[in-house]
Amino acid sequence: MAAGSTAINFSTPCALFPCQPLSLGFSRSSFHRHQAAKNQNALEPHMSQETLSYHWGKHHRGYVENLNKQITGTELDGMLLEDIIFLTYNRGDILPPFNNAAQIWNHEFFWESMKPDGGGKPTGDLLELIKRDFGSIDTFMEEFRAAASTQFGSGWAWLAYKANRLDVGNAVNPSPADEDKKLVVVKSPNAVNPLVWDYYPLLVIDVWEHAYILDFEARRADYISIFMEKLVSWEAVGSRLEMAKAQAAERESEERRRQEEEEKNAGDAEAVEMYLDSNSDEPEAD
Amino acid sequence: MGSFCFHTSAVPSSHLLSGTDCTYGLGGLKLGNLRKIPFSRTHKASKVLAFYGLKKPPYKLDALEPYMSKRTLEMHWGELHRGYVEGLNKQLEQNDILYGYTMDELIKATYNNGNPLPEFNNAAQVWNHNFFWESMEPRGGDMPKLGLLDQIEKDFGSFTNFKEKFVDAALTLFGSGWVWLVLKRQERRLEVVKTSNAINPLVWNDIPIINLDVWEHAYYLDYKNDRAAYVKNFLDHLVSWDVATARMIRAEAFVNLGEPKIPVA
Repeated sequence: MAAGSTAINFSTPCALFPCQPLSLGFSRSSFHRHQAAKNQNALEPHMSQETLSYHWGKHHRGYVENLNKQITGTELDGMLLEDIIFLTYNRGDILPPFNNAAQIWNHEFFWESMKPDGGGKPTGDLLELIKRDFGSIDTFMEEFRAAASTQFGSGWAWLAYKANRLDVGNAVNPSPADEDKKLVVVKSPNAVNPLVWDYYPLLVIDVWEHAYILDFEARRADYISIFMEKLVSWEAVGSRLEMAKAQAAERESEERRRQEEEEKNAGDAEAVEMYLDSNSDEPEAD
Repeated sequence: MGSFCFHTSAVPSSHLLSGTDCTYGLGGLKLGNLRKIPFSRTHKASKVLAFYGLKKPPYKLDALEPYMSKRTLEMHWGELHRGYVEGLNKQLEQNDILYGYTMDELIKATYNNGNPLPEFNNAAQVWNHNFFWESMEPRGGDMPKLGLLDQIEKDFGSFTNFKEKFVDAALTLFGSGWVWLVLKRQERRLEVVKTSNAINPLVWNDIPIINLDVWEHAYYLDYKNDRAAYVKNFLDHLVSWDVATARMIRAEAFVNLGEPKIPVA
């Protein structure tokens, strides 16, 4: 990519060598593309170099190249990736760039959900919330595995922090009845991700067949187990949870400020409203 | 499509069900398994269960080499297709309402006009895969002949144009799904359609002629991400135009493809 270009950059997975942790809203143009060929075996033996070379080297790379082709010279050029995703999701009536944009985001998020010598158990705040919202770690793991196994066709399974306004402008909220500010496990088809439901993703597993077929053939369940036991990076999940909570807190205080302002304005306008006849707007029927 | 076995027993005995090769002649049902049940047990029979069996492809698993490897067939047919059959049987065990449906009826019923029931994915995938194995043959490819070729040329302009449309559909299908050459009943013409996941044209009451599996499991072991090479080899070396012709002949019993000669008064 030329310097100064606003095209999406093809970034390398943080698991394979040190780089800035990804946070929502981080502009992609600050990542540089490194020669990562020698690090593609970092996740062996749980995820082979061969898989990485195709999954990252061909599929992920292809999404970046195709998206750049689609957005160059359009109004989407130069926008943050998350904004492109939100716009092109178009309330479910997806526009052509959506698949590529969302798949780029999903794959970056996926690489950073893993690390060499991963696995183990979540700790700290994350552990507390898991226990609160699922009952126990085991129940959470079961639910996550079930979501990943039962996603029919291509897709993803997520752990997300749900702290959205229940009425989501862009899409139908899949768990509208749940209270706010809790952890949820959700699955999504093809390129869809929880950003479109205004959830804050914390962890993802790719269950498109290309993610596991070279290493596990048809045995998706084994792949999911290895992912949970040997690959998942709970540190990444934990730090994302902190950011999720911070964002939720910020939104709450903004909401409060907005309400206070509204009340103030309503108070000023009261005197005038009392003299309005509520029926005056309706035309008299002849 | 898919074979249909009758089995009466009080307790489903898995050794009688698993791996049952339920091929049957026209109009005949394979009741050989019933003889294995001691007569005393049939007295306790409280439920008649209908099951589907895993039908073998009409060729050995290595017969499609080098365009589709034995390893792929073993995984695709032996594990995945078998998994759909077994999954469907498990679901049907618990569902009295769907008892006795033929495969075609089952697919339409469980599609439920776009709001599919849980059994749909398994049922449709069993059907789709049976259809797929039979849409291929060793040393396939080449071109259709005579009547089918005429129809393709009529509806697509040329055979080359049909192939282009077919390849395009396969390459632009995002996620998992199937590509079909289908005879549309209403329009009374052949078309290429692509469907997601397990959907197949039966649900729109159309008549499939050939299909191509573009779920990644169908080609990834042999071609990795090179779906284009897979589709090309399917069209050039695997597709069975003989089978397509037979299906077309049967389809013409249900769809009038002739020009209606309406006399002008």
